[in-house]
Amino acid sequence: MKKQIASLIWLIAIIGFVIGCYGIYQRFAFGHRLTDYGSYIPWGLWVATYIYFIGLSAGSFLLSTLVYVVKIEKLEKIGKLSLFTAFGCLIAALISIWLDLGHEFRVYRVILHPNFKSMMSWMGILYSSYFVVILFELWFAMRVDLIKTASIGTGLIAAVCRFLALGSSDTSDKSRARDSRVLKVLGSIGVPLAIAFHGGVGMLFAVVGARTYWHSGLTPIVFLVGALASGGALLTAIVYVWGPDRNRPQFEDMMRFLGKIVLSLVLLDLLFEISEYFVGMYAGIPDEAIPIKAVLFGHYWYVFWVVHVLFGVIVPVWIFTRNAVSRPVGKTSPGAIAFAALLVAVTFMALRLNIVIPAQINPEIEGLQYAFMGPGLNYTYLPTVSEWLVTIWIASFGLLLFLIGYNVLPIVNKDDKEVA
Amino acid sequence: MAIIDIEPQEEIRQRMMNDLKRALKKPMNKRHWVMVIDLGKCVGCHACTTACVAENHLPPGIVYRPVMEKEIGRYPNVRKTFLPRPCMQCDNPPCIKVCPASATWKRPDGIVEIDYDKCIGCRYCINACPYSARTFDKGFYYCDDTPFVPDYEKLPSFEYGKEWPRKNRDDSPVGNARKCTFCLHRVEKGILPACVTTCLGDATYFGDSNDPDSLVSALLGSPRLMRLKEEFGTHPSTFYLV
Ligand code: SF4
Ligand code: SF4
Repeated sequence: MKKQIASLIWLIAIIGFVIGCYGIYQRFAFGHRLTDYGSYIPWGLWVATYIYFIGLSAGSFLLSTLVYVVKIEKLEKIGKLSLFTAFGCLIAALISIWLDLGHEFRVYRVILHPNFKSMMSWMGILYSSYFVVILFELWFAMRVDLIKTASIGTGLIAAVCRFLALGSSDTSDKSRARDSRVLKVLGSIGVPLAIAFHGGVGMLFAVVGARTYWHSGLTPIVFLVGALASGGALLTAIVYVWGPDRNRPQFEDMMRFLGKIVLSLVLLDLLFEISEYFVGMYAGIPDEAIPIKAVLFGHYWYVFWVVHVLFGVIVPVWIFTRNAVSRPVGKTSPGAIAFAALLVAVTFMALRLNIVIPAQINPEIEGLQYAFMGPGLNYTYLPTVSEWLVTIWIASFGLLLFLIGYNVLPIVNKDDKEVA
Repeated sequence: MAIIDIEPQEEIRQRMMNDLKRALKKPMNKRHWVMVIDLGKCVGCHACTTACVAENHLPPGIVYRPVMEKEIGRYPNVRKTFLPRPCMQCDNPPCIKVCPASATWKRPDGIVEIDYDKCIGCRYCINACPYSARTFDKGFYYCDDTPFVPDYEKLPSFEYGKEWPRKNRDDSPVGNARKCTFCLHRVEKGILPACVTTCLGDATYFGDSNDPDSLVSALLGSPRLMRLKEEFGTHPSTFYLV
């Protein structure tokens, strides 16, 4: 069954990648002319995709620190898996925001000529540091396994592992203890870093005083909780298909534990959302109330009510409660927990879209949309096919990166890998 | 209600040109360009919008000075009001603070400048501007989807005193945030901004607020003076007489 799921995901990733290539071609051949964002709604689907993936990355990274810093035994074997998931999602997020730039080849300016008052400059700095921390962590976490794989095998995989081991050959207990210490230090650096960069992404939106819907002290916190909920959910689904110990009794225990974590985070996120919406709606001050009304009762109401509330909250919460909380151990279905987690992870995109777009639909000066006509000079936005194709390509690329990495690198130890 | 708060001494455009000449003799940091728009005199003809498009060779989707229209009152007491909106050239501009590439800054003479060669096109400034004064150049031609794009569409604009040709769609200013420059390229040569020159109702004034003898300085003393969205603390250099 799990093998079939894995094959199906390979298939989806390859098809998505191939179809998405057309979107990438369009992006480079026609620039931004085939997109629907513009001057009055300057940020669209690709920015939403970016915060979606960066949230997934931060979330799964923070969960990996439960292994390397807090040393929670139950999760010990999924440390590398969560790090690698964080890595794949980070790459997807960075590609998304890179393609969103009007001059993508000038991106180096963010690092070389930063403006320390700009949250976006800080993002550049923090992402680079985060990228380095993840790479180092992954290397130390896999070092011994890389050496082992390189020494046993002969084929391409062994060669890759030999190369990635970077000449290291020490597998003694002493060196392992050092790895574990290094991981603890890197993980400890990573925690504030992940909080800073993802809270920082929230800040990037929150500091825009001109957009009341974003301009709230709660925004960075909502980003963080959302990251943990979606990243945790993605990891839970991944663990079910590719995780360690899938045929052993402790597997159910681990899935229940992850299910409980995700359940609480989804509920906490919902609480923040309710608070934001109630406060914003109560006074009815247009700047804030119009975007919220658009989310709840506007043209795209179903994105909130059906995709997010129904499939992103109600259904998964019901499944989690039954399988991870109320039913006794032995009677629960890890598959159901994984399914619920997948629902949370995928539908989180709706939430991200509902953060980015509605804030921009309200003309900053009354009548602006009627004063002058032209492409991009309106207050409606619906991502074009071209935009979706690019997003599909990015998601598929991230997925393929993960799948290839999983099969080549010792992300899950061989003897833990066996599948029913 | 006196529509204009000053005694006309000479033809106002001539007077403003003389003001410019005096201001340009001073070092840049000693002058502060401001614009004053008399809403009581604006007739909503959109001549300024059009003059600006022509002067700066603005492509489709880029607008620096739209004029908003609003109907007020109930029949039979109905009136239309008009609100031209250039870049406010804020003295505390939120658009600069957010720019990750240090591509936009405030000049000593008060103009907020964008260096199109430095701008990465992230559009953060567009979102941060409370006046929607910045627009994103996606690289359209008016004759897209026709068999032939005439050469005049590819003529350069002269913003900030440089040449920005539009020969190919990968080069700046395509892919950049763009906004009103108060026609700096004209002003620095002693010519009034295109919108001021062309204003049909004589409703737009321009000059150096540091010069007490300038026309704009006289207008800045008017009790009818106000600025848009003062509550944002942006301190615009564009004033309105209401
Ligand atoms: S009006 Fe907008 S673009 Fe112009 S200076 Fe102020 S904040 Fe910047
Ligand atoms: S669009 Fe250009 S000027 Fe505006 S914030 Fe981004 S880099 Fe700066």
